[in-house]
Amino acid sequence: MIELKGIGKRFGAHSVFEGIDLSLERGEIIVIVGPSGTGKSTLLRCINFLETPDAGSLTVGDLTVDASRATREQILALRRRTAFVFQNYALFANKTALENIAEGMIVVDHMPKREAHARAREILERIGLADKADAYPASLSGGQQQRVGIGRAMAANAEVILFDEPTSALDPQWVEEVLGLMKQLAAEHQTMIVVTHEMQFAREVADRVVYMDQGRIIEQAPPSELFTAPKDERTRQFLRKILPAQEGV
Amino acid sequence: MHGLNLDYMAELVPILLSYLPLTLEMAAAGMLCALVLACLLAVIRVTRVPGLNAFALLFISFFRGTPLLVQLFLFYYGLPQVLTFLVSINGITATILGLTLHFSAYMAESIRAAIVGIDRSQTEAALSIGMTQSQLMRRIVLPQATRVATPTLMNYFIDMIKSTSLAFTLGVTEMMGATQKEAASSFLYFEAFLVVAVIYWIVVEALSWLQKWLENRLNRAYQR
Repeated sequence: MIELKGIGKRFGAHSVFEGIDLSLERGEIIVIVGPSGTGKSTLLRCINFLETPDAGSLTVGDLTVDASRATREQILALRRRTAFVFQNYALFANKTALENIAEGMIVVDHMPKREAHARAREILERIGLADKADAYPASLSGGQQQRVGIGRAMAANAEVILFDEPTSALDPQWVEEVLGLMKQLAAEHQTMIVVTHEMQFAREVADRVVYMDQGRIIEQAPPSELFTAPKDERTRQFLRKILPAQEGV
Repeated sequence: MHGLNLDYMAELVPILLSYLPLTLEMAAAGMLCALVLACLLAVIRVTRVPGLNAFALLFISFFRGTPLLVQLFLFYYGLPQVLTFLVSINGITATILGLTLHFSAYMAESIRAAIVGIDRSQTEAALSIGMTQSQLMRRIVLPQATRVATPTLMNYFIDMIKSTSLAFTLGVTEMMGATQKEAASSFLYFEAFLVVAVIYWIVVEALSWLQKWLENRLNRAYQR
C-alpha cells in the first residue's frame, strides 16, 4: 500500500541517495536506523514532499506520484494521505493544543468547527492530555508538545504516519511517555515509518527494521533477525557501536 | 518676561481639541492605507514576485530616502503642475497620501522582517497536514508575524499622528495650523505651542497604553 521506487535526492552536486526502494503493507511498522547524515530524515521528508525527490515514484494508497512530474494537486493529495511528526514538535505556536489538533480537520478536510473540536477532544483524551486542551505550546513540556504533535498526526486520518526522530530533542524524562504513545498507536495497527535511534523501541515495536548507511538501504529484516544476526558487515559495526551504549545485545 | 497666561491656555484647550478629530482622522486613514500597502509590499518582497519585487525595492528606497516634508510638497505643490487632473487635490487628501506612501515604506520592511523571522518549522508543519501556501500564510504565518510586528507598527502609528502636524504647511487647519493661527493673533506663542505639545503628548501616551495592552493580548499564547 506504500511503495517507494527508485527514489533519488540530491542537493546541488551532492547526492543524498539514489534508487531507494521500500514498500510496506497496511498496518506495518518499520523503523529506519543508521548513522547520522545518511539520509534517513531526508528520505522520510521526500515521502510527503517536504523535500522534493528528483527521481523515482511514490505510491501511497490509491495515489501514485512520479517524482519528476509531480503536480501541485498531487503533492497536496499526497500530504493528505500522510502525516508527519517532527523532531522539534513544530506545533503551531499561535494555537492551543486543541486547535493544533483540529486545524487540519477544519482547514484541509473542511470539517465543521464544532465537529473538528469534538474529534480533537477525543484525540486529546487518547493521548492523555484532556486537561491541556486550552494550553498553548509554550506552556507545555517537551513530552506533552510531542504528544500533541502525534495527536495532530492522528487527526489527519492518514494512511501512514512518518516519525522523524520524535524523541531526539526531548529531555530524557519525557522520552518514555512519547514512546509509550507510539506503542499504543502500534498496538492499534497504525501504519508507521519511524526514523529513530531508540533501538529498544525498534526491537519491541517494529515489524521490520531498515538499516541505512551512506544513502543506501543496506539490509532490512525483522528486529529479531537484524539485531541478532545482521548479514552485512556495516550493519554489524553500527550495531556494535550503538547497542552497548543502550542495553546490549 | 511675563508669567504664563494660564487663563489664555485654559481657553485654548477646547479650541485646539476641536481640531483633534481631524488630526486623528488623517492619522487613522493614513495608517489603514499604509497597512494595506505595506502588507502588499512585504508579501511581494517575501515571495519575490518578478518585476513587482524590483518596483517594491525602488518604492521603499525612495520613500525611506527622502524627507516626509519634501514628499508632501512634491504631491501638493509639485505633482499638480505635471498631472493637471491633480489640481483639485486638497491638503487633507495630499497629507493622507503622503503619510500612506511614506510610512508604508517603513512598515513594509518591518512586516517583511516579521514574516521572514517565523520559524521554518511552522511552515513545514502546515504543509505536512496538507495546507496550501495561501492557507498557511493566512492561518499560521501572518497571525504570528502580526504579533512580532505590532510593537514597531504601533511606533509608526504614533509617529504618524505627530507627522499630521505637517499638514499645516499644505494649508490644512488641523491642530497645529489652528495653534499657529491662535498664536499669531494673541502673540502668546509660548502658551499656545505649550498647550498643543501637551495635547499631542497625552494622545501619544494614551496610545502607548493601548500598545501595551495589545502586546499583552498578543503574547498570551507565548507565556510559559
